[in-house]
Amino acid sequence: MSQTVHSSGDHQPDENRRDFLTLATTAVGVVGTGVALWPFVDSMNPSKDVLALASVEVNLANIPVGQAVKVMWRGKPVFIRHRTEREINEANEVALNELVDPQADDARVEKKEWLIVVGVCTHLGCIPMGTATGEARGDYDGWYCPCHGSHYDTSGRIRRGPAPKNLEVPTYTFLTDTTVRIG
Amino acid sequence: MSAPQWNNKVVKWVDDRLPVISMLHHSAYEYPTPKNLSYMWNFGSLAGFVLVTMILTGIFLVMNYTPHTDMAFESVERIMRDVNHGWLIRYIHMNGASMFFICVFIHIFRGLYYGSYKAPREVLWWIGILILLAMMATAFMGYVLPWGQMSFWGATVITNLFSAFPIIGDPLVTWLWGGFSVDNPTLNRFFSLHYLMPFVILGLVVLHVWALHSVRSNNPTGVEIKTPQDSIPFHPYYTIKDLFGLGVFLIFFCAFVFFAPDYLGHPDNYIPANPLVTPPHIVPEWYFLPFYAILRSIDFTILGIPAKLLGVLAMFASIVILFVIPWLDTSKVRSSKFRPVYKWFFWLFVIDTFILGYCGAKAPDDYFMGIPGLKVIVMGQLSTLYYFAHFLVVMPLVGKLERTKPLPASISESVLKEGANA
Repeated sequence: MSQTVHSSGDHQPDENRRDFLTLATTAVGVVGTGVALWPFVDSMNPSKDVLALASVEVNLANIPVGQAVKVMWRGKPVFIRHRTEREINEANEVALNELVDPQADDARVEKKEWLIVVGVCTHLGCIPMGTATGEARGDYDGWYCPCHGSHYDTSGRIRRGPAPKNLEVPTYTFLTDTTVRIG
Repeated sequence: MSAPQWNNKVVKWVDDRLPVISMLHHSAYEYPTPKNLSYMWNFGSLAGFVLVTMILTGIFLVMNYTPHTDMAFESVERIMRDVNHGWLIRYIHMNGASMFFICVFIHIFRGLYYGSYKAPREVLWWIGILILLAMMATAFMGYVLPWGQMSFWGATVITNLFSAFPIIGDPLVTWLWGGFSVDNPTLNRFFSLHYLMPFVILGLVVLHVWALHSVRSNNPTGVEIKTPQDSIPFHPYYTIKDLFGLGVFLIFFCAFVFFAPDYLGHPDNYIPANPLVTPPHIVPEWYFLPFYAILRSIDFTILGIPAKLLGVLAMFASIVILFVIPWLDTSKVRSSKFRPVYKWFFWLFVIDTFILGYCGAKAPDDYFMGIPGLKVIVMGQLSTLYYFAHFLVVMPLVGKLERTKPLPASISESVLKEGANA
């Protein structure tokens, strides 16, 4: 390469041209490496078969008032609670400014007797207790996370403890009065 | 150092073409070592021994392990019950992880006490911290592989730490999992990386030893080698000393393997993973407890940064801060032997890490050592405060203010003086 460079007089134009070539080559190299790396990075994202399992249908007919069930959705539990009148009132009575993550109960349910939330504590991902009959439901009658002590209310909202957010509400649609599709 | 002359023709032929034999001769035979090294200098080679043990036992475990959520737990039980000597290989591997951390923690505390991180050994120290980080990642992923309850929930809690980061947090966690929860893709990638990481550690160890041999070993006086009288060749003096230490260490190691193989583990990990039920009390392995205590002790918000993110940052900072201590420590004297004030703070720091470990093992609302009114969370917060204050306040200030004891003129002089006093 260096043999082909003009050796006479002013070196400036050659040096600029070489700088340009170096920069251009480096840029292409960096972009090219990034493009080549991306498939490997992306291969670690959820695959198509994992994404395909992203919805589940649940029959609600055999959940009596006052009880709750856990169903698996995307590898994690979803809590479905058939709320009593008292629980619905408790959820509506609390003032929004008292909440850590303010959200009205109406915004978290489609039908007020059915509360459907992802059963994963928003702190570090443990499963809160309180779904099965007889389990500790925390100080706010919802759920209690045994790992680091977060209390959730009857709307699945965080009331006390280290969790920063309310239990997530998944997207769901009522197919009939007693069937719901989650996801 | 001139290359040694080899009498054996084959050895000479190879060595002329690839001087690997000369290199080994320099580093494991004639390497000039301070003649006053105590048994505290044993733990580097012991850690190296455990690394090799872990790689060897690991290779044999993989021959019988199945990295699938439906079969992982069963395959580990098969190793324990049906595979010839499988129980032995697995118990060595399980307890070896703890032994590795015991050696490395003592090795690090020794470095802190004798100022082994100070110039010109900063890069040597850095590589050591990288080894610690790589070990923690490896141990964490290895613990997930048996797919017991603690495996699953440990993986869930630790990967969820990354969700604390704003914006990128959730996509990052999904990426780490390869799905929407810890599941088969997660187990598969942890297995792949758990097999890879030990070789990364091995590479780092090579760099660590290389750096060591170019700056030479520190020693209890912290005074550099000045004349040939200060040093002795590594072989036979330290090969034999290290071997004796290894014998004692193996008794300790084997006591766990044969008489208390599950003492350092959690019974919950013999329950197959169940994504629908969290065990009531999740605790990490003992070697993560101090860091876990730091993570949990942050239950407050500063400047609008949520507690969860602050906790994660504090936990990472507790290790990253080690990178800068060569500059935080302002003392010109390396060894705490000659630092009458700092010495006490050093031991306070050691006790502090034990208190953190205790706090990490207990529920936050328990009482510390049963003392009424003293919650574990409060004690954890105080210990976390001292942990960082030790590096950020004590090290710079004591280094400036302390009147150190006179240093010996040389290693040789200090050895002769101690000999005369004995």
